[in-house]
Amino acid sequence: MSDAVLAPPRRRALPGSTLVFLALLAALVIAVTLLASAGLVSVSMVKLLGRTLCLCLAAIAMDVVWGYTGILSLGHMAFFGLGGYAIGMWLMWARTEVIVAASLASAPIPPTPAEVEAAIGTQIFGVVGTSDIPLVWAFAHSLPLQLALVVLVPGLLALVFGWLAFRSRVTGVYLSILTQAMTLALSLYLFQNDSGLRGNNGLSGLQNIPGFEAAGQAAVSLAFFWGSALALGLGYVLLAWVVSGKMGSVLRAIRDDEARVRFLGYHVESFKLFVFTLTAVVTGIAGALYYPQAGIINPAEIAPIASIYLAVWVAIGGRGRLYGAVIGAALVSLMSSWFTGGLVPDLDLGIYTLVWTDWWLVLLGLSFVAVTLLAPKGIGGLVDLWTDRRAPDRTGDYGPDKGSLRREEGIAREAGE
Amino acid sequence: MRLLEVSGVSVTFDGFRAIDNLSLAVEDRGLRAVIGPNGAGKTTFMDIVTGKTRPDEGRVVWGEENANLLKLRESRIAQAGIGRKFQRPTVFEDQTVRENLAMSLKAPRGPFAVLFARRAEEGRIRGIADEVGLAGQLSRRSGELSHGQKQWLEIGMLLAQDPRLLLVDEPAAGMTPAEREHTTDLLRRLARDRAVVVVEHDMDFVRRLDCRVTVLHEGSVLAEGSLDFVTSNPDVIDVYLGR
Ligand SMILES: Nc1ncnc2c1ncn2[C@@H]1O[C@H](COP(=O)(O)OP(=O)(O)OP(=O)(O)O)[C@@H](O)[C@H]1O
Ligand SMILES: [Mg+2]
Repeated sequence: MSDAVLAPPRRRALPGSTLVFLALLAALVIAVTLLASAGLVSVSMVKLLGRTLCLCLAAIAMDVVWGYTGILSLGHMAFFGLGGYAIGMWLMWARTEVIVAASLASAPIPPTPAEVEAAIGTQIFGVVGTSDIPLVWAFAHSLPLQLALVVLVPGLLALVFGWLAFRSRVTGVYLSILTQAMTLALSLYLFQNDSGLRGNNGLSGLQNIPGFEAAGQAAVSLAFFWGSALALGLGYVLLAWVVSGKMGSVLRAIRDDEARVRFLGYHVESFKLFVFTLTAVVTGIAGALYYPQAGIINPAEIAPIASIYLAVWVAIGGRGRLYGAVIGAALVSLMSSWFTGGLVPDLDLGIYTLVWTDWWLVLLGLSFVAVTLLAPKGIGGLVDLWTDRRAPDRTGDYGPDKGSLRREEGIAREAGE
Repeated sequence: MRLLEVSGVSVTFDGFRAIDNLSLAVEDRGLRAVIGPNGAGKTTFMDIVTGKTRPDEGRVVWGEENANLLKLRESRIAQAGIGRKFQRPTVFEDQTVRENLAMSLKAPRGPFAVLFARRAEEGRIRGIADEVGLAGQLSRRSGELSHGQKQWLEIGMLLAQDPRLLLVDEPAAGMTPAEREHTTDLLRRLARDRAVVVVEHDMDFVRRLDCRVTVLHEGSVLAEGSLDFVTSNPDVIDVYLGR
């Protein structure tokens, strides 16, 4: 009689897995901090790692909406970008204000507030041929207001979009297409110069944090790395809590058979809307932490392909388990920057030279197909082998269905109950 | 008291009249069997009452306040007290018996209420599991259960909802004779303080239920009364028993 049968019930979110994750995250933070202080890890490496943590945060949000609830959103990176734009506006405004103030300080007459604002307008919007300050920048002077927008803009967009889509019971591939269309529309809109967000120039210089110019990029990058780790840790705990207990049960039930959930008396659309909006907000916060570490944001970042990558990461890492999403996002995005960064030597095959910057995407696509077909549990599924959580995959005589336990085992389980 | 009243309901699927001017009333207590040949419209009748299918015409009225069920969405109808067991057992196979029952327990159904509902209702869950004979299976993944056990789990999920009306579609399908007997007892016990409508093909099963029988044919009521009464009706013999 195998131990597996007498083991405690199989659970999706092991309470222990959250603790293990937090411990590993803390270890990473300590290691990177020590190495960075010793000068063994470069500033750009710290930024890369910090950005990766933000992508992991977006990925666990994606996992909750897709892996747990079954809504394949191909639009979550739009929320990520919106969070980035929201914080980027303040960063750019405040920094330009400092520069403008410095250059006007030498003028004989102290500048009026209107003159300062006009100068800021010229500085920021000169590239799109105007000096008028668009209405969307109304709050850009205020950090608290822009921070509020980091949460409100993705949240409200998700709420309105989700309400319209779920209410009409759009599901499956049609919903995916709809989210993709939303993303594309947003991206195309932002590409226009008169969108008020500097068109294809996007926002730049975001790595310079106003008020911390003297601190130096080494300190700033480390602070953002810590901030990203904290956000990922908190986000993980929050989402692990959401997908545990009865809520998690209802969400997985919606994924597996939403019509049946309705007949149990649950208003499925409200639950989908809740998850869609919550994850949009989390993704927006991830974006707000990511772009100051990237330094620049432009509409191309919101392009549909970014959201597709997010889904690919989650699929490769393993849907329906938060740590799987983290593994997928970290591994694939780091490998991606490694391969496309020209750091991998080209492979000379004699007749053909494999240039990795070109072939990386093909490799990624193939791995995606391979994982989907051969290992639908993703990399995270390897953990199952280790913890022996595997569902019994055998035909027994305890019931006619595949996977039924053998009679002896069933009796053992009943006795052990 | 009259709990549910369906009157003059018709449904057409692509020009095919699946339900044709159907009228049927259910009392607030006791068993009722609905029989009829394949395609008679038995499942469609349940679809209409539970809000899955909207009829082209007719009225469906519920409870003391004569609420119009046709205006309510599925989740509201379920909350109003109508539970349903499907023809094919549909439990959430990926989740344990305990999780399936916990989800079904009568409790506030809004997202925030569910999110903050962290109290383990182990006592209630065990009570229901006992009643349907799954007490030893609570921690098992319901996908591992035998066919008959899944049927009981689904009945247990209905019980957990504590509905006033249970619609049970072919509960004995695929069951062994012993399991059938257990199911008959269970349904009879349930019908003591609520209304239970059972759709079934198997005559012996219906006979053991010992209740009023409604015969459906081509979407409307052909006969109604005791089993012996309807089985002696020449029309019924013609369309159903004669085969
Ligand atoms: N959604 C639908 N679209 C088209 N036709 C349908 C639909 N649902 C039911 N029908 C048709 O309506 C008729 C009644 O079906 P229903 O499932 O209610 O029969 P039933 O009495 O439950 O039969 P069975 O004993 O086989 O379960 C059948 O001819 C069926 O093909
Ligand atoms: Mg049927």
